[in-house]
Amino acid sequence: MAPMALTAFETAQKVKAGELSAMEVLESALERIAAVDGQPGTLDYGDLTDEDRAKVHAFITLTAEKAIQQAEAVDAKVRAGEEVGPLAGVPLSVKDIFTVKGTPSTAASRILANFTAPYTATAVQRLEAAGAINLGKVNLDEFTYGSSSESSAFQPSTRNPWDTSRVPGGSSGGSTASVTAGEAMLSLGTDTAGSIRQPAAFCGVVGLKPTYGRVSRYGLIAFGSSLDCPGPVANNVRDAALMLGAMAGADPHDSTAAKVPVPDYLASLGKGVKGMRIGLSPDYMQITFPDPETGELVRQELPEEIRAATLHAAEVLAKLGAEIVEDVPMPNTAYGIPAYFVISRVEAASNLHRYDGVKYGYRTQSDYKDLKEMYRKTRAEGFGLQPKLRILMGMYVSAAQYAEQYYARALRVRSLIRSDFDAAFAADGEYRLDALLTPTTPTTAFKMADVYGDSVLMQYADQLTVPANHAGIPGISLPGGIASDGLPIGVQFMAPDFAEETLFQVGQAFEQATVDEDWRKAKPAVMR
Amino acid sequence: MTDYEVVIGLETHIQLNTTTKIFCSCKADSWEDEPNTNICPVCTGLPGVLPVLNEAVVEKGALLAAAMHSNIRLTSFFDRKNYFYPDLPKGYQISQFDMALGKGGYLDLPMPDGSVRKVNIEKLHLEEDAGKTKYEHGVRYVDFNRCGVPLVEMVTGPDLRSADEAAEYLIRLRQLLRWIGISEANMEKGHLRCDANVSIRPVGSTVLNTKTEIKNVNSIEAVRAAIKKEVERQIEVVESGGKVKAWTLDWDDAKGKLTMMRSKETEADYRYFREPDLLPLELTEDWREGVIASLPELPLARRARFMSEFELPEYDADILTADRPISGYTEAAVKASGGDPKVVSNWIMNEVLRMQNDLGVSADELVLKPEDLAAVIKLVEGGTINNATGKSLLVRVQETGKIPATIVEEEGLAQVSDDSALLAVIDKILAANPDEVASYRSGKEGLFGWFMGQVMRETRGKADPKASRGLLQKALKGEG
Repeated sequence: MAPMALTAFETAQKVKAGELSAMEVLESALERIAAVDGQPGTLDYGDLTDEDRAKVHAFITLTAEKAIQQAEAVDAKVRAGEEVGPLAGVPLSVKDIFTVKGTPSTAASRILANFTAPYTATAVQRLEAAGAINLGKVNLDEFTYGSSSESSAFQPSTRNPWDTSRVPGGSSGGSTASVTAGEAMLSLGTDTAGSIRQPAAFCGVVGLKPTYGRVSRYGLIAFGSSLDCPGPVANNVRDAALMLGAMAGADPHDSTAAKVPVPDYLASLGKGVKGMRIGLSPDYMQITFPDPETGELVRQELPEEIRAATLHAAEVLAKLGAEIVEDVPMPNTAYGIPAYFVISRVEAASNLHRYDGVKYGYRTQSDYKDLKEMYRKTRAEGFGLQPKLRILMGMYVSAAQYAEQYYARALRVRSLIRSDFDAAFAADGEYRLDALLTPTTPTTAFKMADVYGDSVLMQYADQLTVPANHAGIPGISLPGGIASDGLPIGVQFMAPDFAEETLFQVGQAFEQATVDEDWRKAKPAVMR
Repeated sequence: MTDYEVVIGLETHIQLNTTTKIFCSCKADSWEDEPNTNICPVCTGLPGVLPVLNEAVVEKGALLAAAMHSNIRLTSFFDRKNYFYPDLPKGYQISQFDMALGKGGYLDLPMPDGSVRKVNIEKLHLEEDAGKTKYEHGVRYVDFNRCGVPLVEMVTGPDLRSADEAAEYLIRLRQLLRWIGISEANMEKGHLRCDANVSIRPVGSTVLNTKTEIKNVNSIEAVRAAIKKEVERQIEVVESGGKVKAWTLDWDDAKGKLTMMRSKETEADYRYFREPDLLPLELTEDWREGVIASLPELPLARRARFMSEFELPEYDADILTADRPISGYTEAAVKASGGDPKVVSNWIMNEVLRMQNDLGVSADELVLKPEDLAAVIKLVEGGTINNATGKSLLVRVQETGKIPATIVEEEGLAQVSDDSALLAVIDKILAANPDEVASYRSGKEGLFGWFMGQVMRETRGKADPKASRGLLQKALKGEG
């Protein structure tokens, strides 16, 4: 069995035991990358070739040299009988929104294309300390602003390994594609409205958005600071649990990182779901969006295949002894996207202020007569469409005359969404759920360029994932089936604050119970 | 001509004297450091970094709030104040907006004429400082050293009524800041910065007319001068039928001139919103009580007590509460002496303050402790030593660190009041100076002082002046 066919957990066990060297694993990963990844993302890339259209393009910056050094260090430790971490020799890719000392940190934007941070993000530093081999930086939507990874300034953008004419989802599209295509065993992504879970669903891998504050944001280039969560992308639940355990916990560099003790997540596995209460909500079986013509809110049932996958997961769990609680009302779900539109853009516009050409990053190459013109040209040339849209809207809805009408109102909606979950999870409430089961996305992966440009419609792709970000609770997306178009369908579980253990427990039970189902046998196109 | 009343509000920025900056571990004070040598990824706003609040800033800010009778909120929030400027590396300043650490407050300002002006505090919040820019040879330079230096912004109501009151407020604020030990409060070094909002109105009116804002006033005298100048200008404008416009004015101290920086017709929109990178600032009731309890007696309260309890004149009380060490020194010396506080006050104002100034130290740094001073005063009052010896004894205590009684003993400084000993000295002087004796006896009584000086010289100052005077008079008159 090729090393890259192993799980991260198995790999670390074998490397620790000296049965497999980190270097062999790394070589296997680099071979996969050479075979499937194609051109790395580059600024001002010309027209795509047919070959480009058949490749994954997960990476922006491959740091093979660094990875070799790390693998050698792990192997040397094993040979010397020294302690190696729980991720010893596991190849990892990192979304290029995290800073890594000495490696360009671009955020997939022209404005940071030349930026190399003098510090490493806490999550990355902890994963490396746990023995993970950092392969490099993977592509994403510019500053994470999108759900398809197409808005990257570094083209070709990442393509879906199941069907390279499709998007991998986003914004952590490079992360999920690299794991799906066998280039990395684990990837570090971020989730602000679904940016880990949605691409995990599109690419048929496991993606976890932890509780807000469970993983430090230090070194994560901010989008919506009150919503951003670093989280794991993995091939299976155990690997995701292993990865979260290695990077979660308090951080002196991030005061919003929770001081809640980090449990042994692996210990939560294999406990089964007997007696657990798993909820289903009709509010997650539809999407609501404004009619482009009239602006009226339109409700639309989810495609049958998507609903069926979720109901199938419920049946599997019921057979394992879980109690399925139907008709849990989550009445504010429909307002998640509008509220998110406002809150995330206010924070994003403010977070983008620092990119002004004064200190680092891009500065206009043309002449300017004064400071203001330097600002204008730098930002006009350095930012792509998505950051500009977010700045415009963020500035508008936080302006003194509109803030009450939009921003303050959105914050109230956010509390209402939180109260939906509080009611569903309350130990003395009517529903007393351990977890809520929903589809992850309203559709399977869309065609490249199909939705891009319609940022409103694309945003509604996050409707089922964004509530967890508003509420701060953890959510996990698991492969839950294959649609008739041959693409993966994701199912999502959400649980109360810091109940990641529940998600792993339920997720692994579902995974094990469905291991022999037919859809599990389907393989991504680039893996065939 | 109408009589005008002046309406002034002061906006102060107080640099807290913490060791490190407000959100990172860079050194807070960069005075005389090379530009951009005291910076890190956090205070220069690199991508992905986060602020972590320095607790010492909260403590010092809360102490000031308590001293200003401001209500310390148990839950306050940090907010982002968004604007673009090259010296603001994040493009927003982390400040506090609507739910700041302090709510309300006031300072009862005693005026030299004996009246008291109540100055209300409208804003008291924590924030980070921005950097500095300078223009040189057409190039704009940025220095980030000051980014993240902790500040308290404190804004008064429109409660001050003259340039002198504004100056007095700053004098008392500076005294208070040093007294409670939260800021060096040096205006020249920018530890205490002040903008003044000035308007005028006819006496008797209660409307708030359009105000101007004076910036860049770097000393208390500059504040006084700039406000006086601006009031004159506003009166002139109004008297000539014009209207005062909402300008921002720049004070040029060297030229003593105000120049318009910009017209301020519309308020800037800073798009304040809660800083998501910091948790709400939660304090406990116990912690707050602790801060309030740790507050020392404040300068104005102590000044009032020195007047009531010690019955000191206002002049003495003011000087003896100028700073916390001298006030503590006075308090301790009065207690140790057990005598008339005014006598103690005189000794401190004449001798101790001089010694302190000569040595360039504060009262608590003197070797001469308040107990030593009290002992010396007692020795003088008890007649063991004379006044002059007392003064030089203070210097000896300061020099040697020995207690006064020991020095008196070792150096034989006790006053000679024994008649026979004094007479022997007097006889000797008279015998040695027959010409002067003759002159005195022929009517030149002005020579008496010269004879007294000889007695003191002969006894190295130890002669009891009163006893000596009597014996000398008798001897000179030939009655001895």
